[in-house]
Amino acid sequence: MSKTSRTLVTMPTSAKKGDMVEIRIIVQHDMETGFRHTETGQRVPRDIIRDFRCTYNGVEVFRAELHPAMGANPMIIFSTVATESGTLEFKWSGDNGYASSITSKLAVT
Amino acid sequence: MTMKRRTFVLSAGAASGLTSLNALGTVADATQVIDKILGQQKASVGRVTLAIPPLVENGNLVTMKVSVVSPMTQTDHVQAIHIVAEGNPLPNVVSFYLSPRAGRAAITTRIRLSDSQRVRAIAQMSDGSFWQGEAVMLVTLASCTEV
Repeated sequence: MSKTSRTLVTMPTSAKKGDMVEIRIIVQHDMETGFRHTETGQRVPRDIIRDFRCTYNGVEVFRAELHPAMGANPMIIFSTVATESGTLEFKWSGDNGYASSITSKLAVT
Repeated sequence: MTMKRRTFVLSAGAASGLTSLNALGTVADATQVIDKILGQQKASVGRVTLAIPPLVENGNLVTMKVSVVSPMTQTDHVQAIHIVAEGNPLPNVVSFYLSPRAGRAAITTRIRLSDSQRVRAIAQMSDGSFWQGEAVMLVTLASCTEV
């Protein structure tokens, strides 16, 4: 697995102040559990994303700690309250120096 | 009698280093993980809803929805939700950390299940209390099996 990969965030671009914004994130990653073996009986080393963070204008609003039991290409749907116009940043980090991030703009009226 | 046999099997396995090789999880492992989350506290049953289909065809990608009844205000909100699977080789599945700014405590994700089992969700509230919910499902094709 490469040290970074494709990410996708699906969320509205605008919202009314105080509204709930549903955010859907998917990141491309095999999430190798470390419990599998090759045909020759060798264990495939663990290689997973360990941490996901979402910050809203620099303030952390959501965080997740991932373990091998997360499915491949981790998808998480969560929500946040639209408080002010700004940028939401999504960051993933994991084994073997894996890191990826994406930002999304939200206009609050 | 059964307990004695189980203890024997476990200790024999540990002695030969089998437990670390076998990708088998036990309910005891999961209880240990939950005890670590709870510390000295006890988790009350309720408020947490864990939705997993009762019959899972493929354990590799199981849609799981967890929600907690909470007003999500500054004084009363969900701080964390921990998902623990009793039958997985590693009981920890995922931990979510929320703040009042999340608006509601409802999260959907996809997890792996290695066996038919009971999955438990523990929610930690801002007042320090713990609540739990659980789901039991049948898994026809387990994850971790394919090469």
